Amino acid sequence: MPQRDIGLILMRQLADGLAVPMLLADENGDLLFFNEAAEQLLGQRFDDVGELDLLARRRIFSFRDADDSPLPDDQAPLVVALREHRPVHRRVAMRGLDGRDHEVEVTAFPLLGGGGHLIGGVAMFWERKKQA
Amino acid sequence: MRVCLWGTRGSIASAGPDTVEYGGNTACAEVEGRDGSIVILDAGTGVRRVGDTYGEPRRLDILLTHLHMDHIQGLGFFAPFFQKDFEIHVWGPPSATLDLRTRLTRYLSPPLFPIRLRDVAARLELHDAPMGEFEIGGLRVTSEMVIHPGPTVGYRVTDGVSTMAYMPDHEPALSTEGREPAPEWTSGYDLAAGVDLLLHDAQYTAAEYADRVGWGHSRIDDAVDLTRMARARRLVTFHHDPAHDDAELDAMLAVAREMAADEFEVLPGREGATFEL
Repeated sequence: MPQRDIGLILMRQLADGLAVPMLLADENGDLLFFNEAAEQLLGQRFDDVGELDLLARRRIFSFRDADDSPLPDDQAPLVVALREHRPVHRRVAMRGLDGRDHEVEVTAFPLLGGGGHLIGGVAMFWERKKQA
Repeated sequence: MRVCLWGTRGSIASAGPDTVEYGGNTACAEVEGRDGSIVILDAGTGVRRVGDTYGEPRRLDILLTHLHMDHIQGLGFFAPFFQKDFEIHVWGPPSATLDLRTRLTRYLSPPLFPIRLRDVAARLELHDAPMGEFEIGGLRVTSEMVIHPGPTVGYRVTDGVSTMAYMPDHEPALSTEGREPAPEWTSGYDLAAGVDLLLHDAQYTAAEYADRVGWGHSRIDDAVDLTRMARARRLVTFHHDPAHDDAELDAMLAVAREMAADEFEVLPGREGATFEL
């Protein structure tokens, strides 16, 4: 497998060192990594899941909107960030593989590599209940 | 392919009686392909001497890995700059904000330097090194970003028969620390994969690195690990710490050779050394 872009390599290391739940995807939206803090939200260890393509990723977590309706896949914050090359911030309910719901705020943003091209994206989660 | 080392020291020139064997000039290596095409890797203080070796005007390409002073300080003393029939191309890492000329001019202009870049006599062209492959004469060059503070690239150069890679300032440990190393997640892997000769940062001992994480350089152990992962045939130690004298560098080399065992050669990056590949 060829080496990942240096921006993705460094972002994975950064995510690994932070307590903020973070998810890293490549430019196609395929899941490359989520950190230990995100494992708490997703109810799944990354080592058990591994890298997943976009379709498979939908099986491990899902979003519901503020009115409790399912958020369409193409409206997921990271998907929008990658498609439209802009940051996205949204409050959603998130359900992981363990079936537990988490009310979270998601900030997703695209990553541009050294040459200015899209190399992937990051989603950061903040669980609102923990704020109170 | 011929690879000649004109400066192997990192950070700052360190001439003196204790550094005679490994040399005191900062980063510069020259690569000549089978067809006579030449690229000069970095323009530390070592580039002054290589500049004096070109008698007849010709095309020369200088590939800068980044713009820290120990990699560009020799530019103002590169004799072909001041001879009008030379055609010189300088390649450097792209920046998101400033072009290469603007960034180099910060050094090559008063008050830091008396002569402005626009006043050199040679036909000078500056290029952002493209990410990926490009050709210089009979040499195919690949440049990719590597882990080091500020925009920094490494280079892979092949003449179709032999291949070398050059990563003088590189901290791959930041991509592998705390996890099982994997090629796709290791900075510099693609550049180094299967090369005949890897010229790589080996600035620190393991003990020194502990206090210098994030400074952009390698333990000599990291250079050995990358060489092994990439299945390179030879590792040449490079970017020696200015505080290390010849005896200390010999001791570090012995450690690296023990780590490499019989898997690949570890050779000392000494100023003046030439490798025929």
